[in-house]
Amino acid sequence: MANETVDVELASAERTRPSDDSKRNDDDDAMGGVTDSSEYVEMWIDLFLGRKGHEYFCDVDPEYITDRFNLINLQKTVSKFTQVVQYIVDELDEFVLEGMSHARLEQLESDARKFYGLIHARYIITVKGLSKMLTKYKSADFGRCPRVYCNCQPLLPVGLHDVPGIDCVKLYCPSCEDLYIPKSSRHSTIDGAYFGTSFPGMFLQAFPEMVPDHPVKRYVPRIFGFELHKQAQLARWQELQRLKLVAKLGEENLNALNRGGYKK
Amino acid sequence: MSQEFIEDHSQGGSSEDDSGTYDEWIPSFCTRFGHEYFCQVPTEFIEDDFNMTSLPQEVPHYRKALDLILDLEAMSDEELDEEEAEQVGQNGSEGKTQLVNRSIAEHAAEQLYGLIHARYILTKPGLQAMAEKFDHKEFGTCPRYYCGGMQLLPCGLSDTVGKHTVRLYCPSCQDLYLPQSSRHLCLEGAFWGTSFPGVFLKHFKELEEYVERKSKESYELKVFGFRINDAAVSGPRMKWLRQYPGTEEEWQELADCEFEIPRTFDSST
Repeated sequence: MANETVDVELASAERTRPSDDSKRNDDDDAMGGVTDSSEYVEMWIDLFLGRKGHEYFCDVDPEYITDRFNLINLQKTVSKFTQVVQYIVDELDEFVLEGMSHARLEQLESDARKFYGLIHARYIITVKGLSKMLTKYKSADFGRCPRVYCNCQPLLPVGLHDVPGIDCVKLYCPSCEDLYIPKSSRHSTIDGAYFGTSFPGMFLQAFPEMVPDHPVKRYVPRIFGFELHKQAQLARWQELQRLKLVAKLGEENLNALNRGGYKK
Repeated sequence: MSQEFIEDHSQGGSSEDDSGTYDEWIPSFCTRFGHEYFCQVPTEFIEDDFNMTSLPQEVPHYRKALDLILDLEAMSDEELDEEEAEQVGQNGSEGKTQLVNRSIAEHAAEQLYGLIHARYILTKPGLQAMAEKFDHKEFGTCPRYYCGGMQLLPCGLSDTVGKHTVRLYCPSCQDLYLPQSSRHLCLEGAFWGTSFPGVFLKHFKELEEYVERKSKESYELKVFGFRINDAAVSGPRMKWLRQYPGTEEEWQELADCEFEIPRTFDSST
């Protein structure tokens, strides 16, 4: 579903571009080729979201981006901060854009992407952003857990750092509470800071009904039906740790929450 | 038609194929797209009847399938074609059944090869062949972040055909994963068998030692740097899954778990 809409957006974006630039369209996906911005009617944000590999991002309201309060401490991250903000919300003067050199336009584009990512990290932990991410989560836009006993649980994107340029985005599974690397290489190049370290935590706090029951079943390697002793012993010890946690929390308490318990 | 293409392709791939007159079935099967997890079983292993014990009962059209795998049919192929042509001349429908038989035999051969493969990879040369694939990361790497790209091992959940597709076992986190690529998602699990990862681990002791020396990090969900309370709905519930004994006490606890979970922690508590 998501891929279809992306394709449509891409197609329409290409249609709006001037014809003399058609040769460049081919390598657009690889690099920021949308520097011929003066001509398109498509919004910058829509173009950004339509790009291949940007399926994890949700659209940030222009009102949120233009509100100075939301941009506190972000001014230093890019040069010509005001211009970048105007560029993202398509309010930059055409004369200014036309007067820019090619290198400057490319710089502006990459700044805009970085800036959008950082605003995105803030936006997705607001009420509006969370509900947009909920829709994406429900349609499993972030992929599904590769662990067999998690039964294709949808994942949530998370960063390990809030500072850009350190590590790429990871995926958190609410079912096994573990961290996975994105399956596709085009997703593993996205910066983790564009989603932030707190997003899955905020998400599950905001939508407790989305917390799945955790699977208890696990795998112990066997040879002709007999479990490997060392692995089985560790599995028993880990099961003991789980039973201790259940005893500590109280089974009735766990059941009273209705969610976030263990699968029977 | 597609079969011809595949066989041509395999001939280009396997240079040691010196006969050159016809394509061997096993290399062409193993180099087929999506069959990267299979290793090549030597014909000597298949020719030994002892290794085939009970397989004739399990696989339909056993003889035909075996001949196909061992390329014994190649000689009589032309005769067969002639016969077929004659039959088509006499009776169209019979010719069709011949063709159908051929695809059935092909299917049976794949199934038979898979089951032989599951037996072969438990032998010493088989383990060696799989270890080579393991080293080249041909089964993929663990998607779990803290496993740091550990190589995976293919594994079946059942030894009978048609029950489960293949899964991948990570020796580092000791968990099972689905293959990342969709072309491996439909491979039959019984073609690797339930015992393979276990035998592999026991055969290559250094792998177990390597895994034990790895760091045992695990992830904890935080909001603005704060941990989530145990009692919260979204609180940590799966820490145990990736937990390893750290303190003296915990090692003692682990020793107590040698044969069963201590009685004091039965489900009644």
